[in-house]
Amino acid sequence: MIQQASDSTDNSKWQPRIVAFLCNWCSYAGADLAGMSRFAYPAAIKIVRLPCSGRVDPMFIIKSFEQGADLVLVSGCHPGDCHYTSGNYHARRKLLAFRELMTFLGIDPRRFKISWVSAAEGAKWSSLVKEITAEVIALGPFENYSKLRAGGIAE
Amino acid sequence: MSTNTAITEPLQRAAAELLSEGKVAVVIGYGMDGDSSFSPPLFAREPQEAERLVFDDRCFGNLSVYLSKDHIRRMGKIGIVVKGCDLRAVNVLLREHVVKREDVVLIGVPCAGQGDPLLGKCSVCEQRNPQGCDIVVGDPVEQPQIDAAQRYSEAADIDAKSIEERWEFWSGQLSKCIRCYACRNVCPLCYCKRCITEKTVPQWIETSAHLRGNIAWNVARAFHLTGRCVNCGECERACPMDIPLGAINQKMAQLMDERYDFQSGLSSEDKAPFTTFNVDDPETGIL
Repeated sequence: MIQQASDSTDNSKWQPRIVAFLCNWCSYAGADLAGMSRFAYPAAIKIVRLPCSGRVDPMFIIKSFEQGADLVLVSGCHPGDCHYTSGNYHARRKLLAFRELMTFLGIDPRRFKISWVSAAEGAKWSSLVKEITAEVIALGPFENYSKLRAGGIAE
Repeated sequence: MSTNTAITEPLQRAAAELLSEGKVAVVIGYGMDGDSSFSPPLFAREPQEAERLVFDDRCFGNLSVYLSKDHIRRMGKIGIVVKGCDLRAVNVLLREHVVKREDVVLIGVPCAGQGDPLLGKCSVCEQRNPQGCDIVVGDPVEQPQIDAAQRYSEAADIDAKSIEERWEFWSGQLSKCIRCYACRNVCPLCYCKRCITEKTVPQWIETSAHLRGNIAWNVARAFHLTGRCVNCGECERACPMDIPLGAINQKMAQLMDERYDFQSGLSSEDKAPFTTFNVDDPETGIL
């Protein structure tokens, strides 16, 4: 991961890297369904499976950027469908506020996506990943953060 | 600098009375320190020590930071001098069950603002006369009306910049951070026994003073205070590198105010926005 990350500073070899935090019950199952239904989607996305979108701490997102992510996605159950009743409602408040904090600090908010994908929405998952991958390719490498690595201390 | 005798004298009397009657073990207030640029904290434990208490226009500190410290609570029941702004922090400590109401005696002081010229936060202060204290010394001061635009003007200045300009601005500001953690230590609401920045397994926040770790630290600090921070401005005042931390806190406070009609510390009974939710919360920006 660290080796890959340092490669990302070279634009000619650059491949977008998307880190996705998915809740176990809806979005992960939705991604699974996309696979079983043979809906193709770009391999740029690396999935981290969590119990709930409410588990996501903003430090996960910051750490992902530090480790070379060009875009971070958090996906959970639709409102009302949380396996733990209210995890996604809490996540909604916190993550939207976190995006505002990013925006205020000048950390490009287009690099942080939030979505609701249910276990039945394999097709939505596939088209969502295609869409955000196209967007991150258009945005290019997240140089604000990759420059921090280059100019900073050794790993 | 001028000692406010209309407050200092009744304050000394009230403190001496509380101590001599044994109602409190200590009174935490401000003490005189000659020509110092600020009036430092004073812990009066004997009635005769109360005569060293003062109230003037350089009582900058938010003394409620001491309420969460174990070694100070072990002294016994605490009498504490609070300005209106400090009282908001006390309200949050009460709401978060860090302090019990019966364990403190709140000595409210009306305050027309600190510093000469006035501190920025004092010019938009909406709590000049503390409400809900056990004792209030001195007469109420005039309370100007403040609107939301004035309340959040510091954040608005930065909001007016483009995203690139903001990155430019904040990467410059946060590069200065030396990670002394004065912002955390002076904050009455940063009372975690073990701070995330000191955790090493896993290490979420790089500890060296380098921009990447500095961003992580300042993001964590701001986010842990979202919906809790009462904008007392102590972090910014304590910062030896003059980083405008108050603007970040103000931005998050503005968000909580606009989105959830919530201002922290106005009551000790309310709920912080991140501890609750509404099914109809705004959803803009979710795919």
